[in-house]
Amino acid sequence: MNSIFETFGFDVLLKGSNMIRLFEGLLVALKISIISVVISIVLGIILGVLMSLKNSVINAISRVYLEIVRIMPQMVLLFIVYFGATKAMNINLTAETASVIVFSFWGTAEMSDLVRGSLISIPLIQYESSEALGLSKYQTYLYVIIPQTIRRLLPLSINLITRMIKTTSLVMMIGIVEVLKVGQQIIEANRKTSPNAAFGIFATIFILYFIACWPISQLSKYLEKKWEN
Amino acid sequence: MDFSTITSYLPLYKEAFLLTIKIGWIGILLAFVLGVVSAFILYFKVPVLSAIVKVYIELFRNTPLLVQLFFIYFGLPKLGIMISAQTCGIVGLGLLGGSYMAESIRSGLLSVSKSQLESATALGFSKSQMFFLIVFPQMFTMSITAIVANVIFLLKETSVFSAISLMDLMFTAKDLIGLYYRTTECLFLLVIFYIIMLLPVSIIGTIVEKKTRFGMYGD
Repeated sequence: MNSIFETFGFDVLLKGSNMIRLFEGLLVALKISIISVVISIVLGIILGVLMSLKNSVINAISRVYLEIVRIMPQMVLLFIVYFGATKAMNINLTAETASVIVFSFWGTAEMSDLVRGSLISIPLIQYESSEALGLSKYQTYLYVIIPQTIRRLLPLSINLITRMIKTTSLVMMIGIVEVLKVGQQIIEANRKTSPNAAFGIFATIFILYFIACWPISQLSKYLEKKWEN
Repeated sequence: MDFSTITSYLPLYKEAFLLTIKIGWIGILLAFVLGVVSAFILYFKVPVLSAIVKVYIELFRNTPLLVQLFFIYFGLPKLGIMISAQTCGIVGLGLLGGSYMAESIRSGLLSVSKSQLESATALGFSKSQMFFLIVFPQMFTMSITAIVANVIFLLKETSVFSAISLMDLMFTAKDLIGLYYRTTECLFLLVIFYIIMLLPVSIIGTIVEKKTRFGMYGD
């Protein structure tokens, strides 16, 4: 039993505080994604509402912004902010700040598109019926439009959270010590005593990410089904 | 910005660009095939296979590509499964993309309503005619938007390959920045090449999306 454990390199997890270190690494990535998610949701809702107003200036600017986010890999954006902008503008950003900026920039675009999509998907007849029933503009939004928008929006924005968590794994490329980097360090440190650690560590990280994301995406699926009509 | 530097870096970027495109599109092709196969297994509820496909889809949709690549490239060799960085990139992208494509294609299949199949049977269509003339065109128009979004997503994900020392665009940029410290020029070229790679796909995608809309049934 013990030898099978070692062949797959899982023994290294029980040595010292390795497992706890991996968890702490995951928390670093999760922290960055949670901060970015909160910023993206707030800014995304504002931008999404502005976009649904059909103002041509706002539309032109937001089209360009969305297209940039659509075609630029997050990694490239990370490099531009962390290496490019800091050098060009001579400011000193920590890697964490740079990644929060990039992920919020990306998330705001995604979120605003979702908000705009769910706002314009409410048919005109809903507004007209509310008016016919004598609801004021304020009541129309509070009791008719916003509840329906939230039902369409919530599953999609929960999905955005899992995508955000997955994307934050990129931050190791700009030198943040998160779960993958911690994993590499553990593998390096135990190269002599457990040569197969790479399998065990990376399999564990794989499972850790799955445990972090799967419940959230199931929740999103469940809500989507529940509120389908 | 120094243009002589840019021209001297251009050949390196071009090489990396071609490699990125090659791996990206082979991976996407693999993803599409895997997605179609998985979607059909789920659609026809093939006994054991559909359970395996379900696990596969959940596993790969809920983990980042970077982690998958590390596992395949650094983890699997410990069990004696050794593959080159290029193959690893293609396999990783294919597996990740397959799980996304499967979902998009499956929802397209499910959106073809039952009455369509019943009407086709009533009109005397054979099984294969029914599939190629009735189901496939409708499935395709329904899922093309999602498929294009997936293609763009997968092409963007190729930027992760630099982590397993594939000499792609990202790797070249990082390498040159490290060597000569010409950050602005390197990043400028990086952005330009990604625009060349992705803007046409994005534009074609929008056009295809608009063109296929009219084919939707009952809309």
